[in-house]
Amino acid sequence: MDVLSALFFDYTFQVVVFGSSILGLLSGVIGSFAVLRKQSLLGDAVSHAALPGICLAFILTSNKQMEILLLGALISGLLATWLIMVIVKHSKVKFDSALALTTAVFFGLGLVLLTFIQKSPNSNQAGLEKFIFGQSSTLLERDVRIMFLVGIVLLIVVIAFWKEFKLMAFDHSFATSIGLPVYWMNSLLATLTVIVIVMGLQSVGVILMSSLLIGPAVAARQWTNHLSIMVVLAAIFGCVSGIIGTMISSLGQQIPTGPTIVLIISSIVLISILFAPSRGIIWKLIKNMQRKKEFASQLKKGG
Amino acid sequence: MNPVFEIQLIAVLVSVACALPGVFLVIRGMAMMTDAITHTILLGIVVAFFITQDLNSPLLIVGAALVGILTVWLTELIHQTKLLDKDASIGIIFPLLFSIAIILITRYAGDVHLDTDSVLLGELAFAPFDRLILFGIDVGPQAIYSMAAILILLLLFIGFFYKELKLTSFDALLAASLGFSPVLLHYALMSLVSVTAVGAFEAVGSILVVAFMVGPPVSAYLLTNRLSYMLGISAALGAVNSLIGFQLSMYFDVSIAGMIAVVTGLTFIVIFIFSPKKGFIYELHRKKRQKKILKKALESNHLS
Repeated sequence: MDVLSALFFDYTFQVVVFGSSILGLLSGVIGSFAVLRKQSLLGDAVSHAALPGICLAFILTSNKQMEILLLGALISGLLATWLIMVIVKHSKVKFDSALALTTAVFFGLGLVLLTFIQKSPNSNQAGLEKFIFGQSSTLLERDVRIMFLVGIVLLIVVIAFWKEFKLMAFDHSFATSIGLPVYWMNSLLATLTVIVIVMGLQSVGVILMSSLLIGPAVAARQWTNHLSIMVVLAAIFGCVSGIIGTMISSLGQQIPTGPTIVLIISSIVLISILFAPSRGIIWKLIKNMQRKKEFASQLKKGG
Repeated sequence: MNPVFEIQLIAVLVSVACALPGVFLVIRGMAMMTDAITHTILLGIVVAFFITQDLNSPLLIVGAALVGILTVWLTELIHQTKLLDKDASIGIIFPLLFSIAIILITRYAGDVHLDTDSVLLGELAFAPFDRLILFGIDVGPQAIYSMAAILILLLLFIGFFYKELKLTSFDALLAASLGFSPVLLHYALMSLVSVTAVGAFEAVGSILVVAFMVGPPVSAYLLTNRLSYMLGISAALGAVNSLIGFQLSMYFDVSIAGMIAVVTGLTFIVIFIFSPKKGFIYELHRKKRQKKILKKALESNHLS
């Protein structure tokens, strides 16, 4: 009951829940495209790569305002994405090696800058390392308002380029052959992904952001073969995970929000893998059994 | 031994120990699995700690290795359902195990020296504080001995199973048909990766273990086609990266492991650009030459 009353009356709680639900919704939508394009782990790389950007933005401006830090994160996230693409395109290094290397090296650079900042006399520096794990309780109404506005813009972009994105998700070479500016579309999609990840850094942190991007999309994929339904379902799954995760973590003193949200997402994925009609494991088992029975009865009839 | 020397020795041991199994991971296209394992071993350490209540217990390494194997097994299990592709399977399993570890730590181990920061970030500068004392005599930092032991274990494993590793890495089907068990070797390799990661994470942090494991092998991959050379080059690169990274980190007074990771990235970029036969410049040059040849061929065809 406490949680319910908090949901209606506690202002800070409302802000955090609203923030997490927006984040979950957007991750679901954008993550669907990432998963379909088999780039699930790009989110992991980008979220780690954001750290040096955050630190550098702070060093250059000695300002801890969220927008400035996140702008830095955005730039270094995009830089990392671009580097991975260049390495894969121009050498024999495979995508996953390039991804792992870029992730770890950027994170190393982030640590170097973080220790550099911590040793500088600037007293304003505390709290930057919070980005590694994220802390939803630091979300302010202002942050959530920005997330809301950015989210609306993102959704409009996705709707506006729906056909193009759809084509690229399913048939990349066809998209190229009919003259779509595939390079720019790719970059646009990558930019949207980086924006969502950067928004999530503050609440769930670097490490768990990738699961928010992958989980809802993978779960939604099991229930449908239509892109539009998948995206809507993923948005709902993400949103629900955000809300439930935040509620559970607010029940106790020592339950971190990010990991709790991840647990909820993982349960939704597990349920989907097991029970989704026509694709799910249990569904397939039942069908197999039915088929065997039919076969057996036909054999009997024949014999 | 003074601390500065000790730190460098530990750094070199860690980076060589990581670079060797990394070669096989890169060849097998499993680089992102290291990322997953280095995160999830935390769960094994936490659970083993709850059982033993002792942070120095060797059971911690066993627990970590088991969870490393569990990670690989679970990932392959859900990938085999064909409902998810490989990337997504990794991306589902490792945040889950890692989240469970974090929740356990924040709820039940708040007052122990097992905070998530030290596991993820590590600090090489602190490694010499943890001394190994034998019969009342201080024989040096514990990390030197544990990493040396892991390195010897790795060398023995690679030396002993070199042919099998080579065969299964390049042609798993052929290996299976010849009677080797790629699966067994695969899990043996993954347990070694977990053990190496556990040995290294306290010094360099989980995430940077990935830089140490993937960086030198990927760089070496651009320099040679031979497995034996690749092993040698990546071990050497690992050692050189550590020494340069250490000097730079002293100069700028910043995170040692972080700086080594940055140097690892820089040496990769240099090799990526300048590598003979596999580098960026060579490739551009080759493409230009091909275009010229093609153009000439086309022209001469038209004229004749």
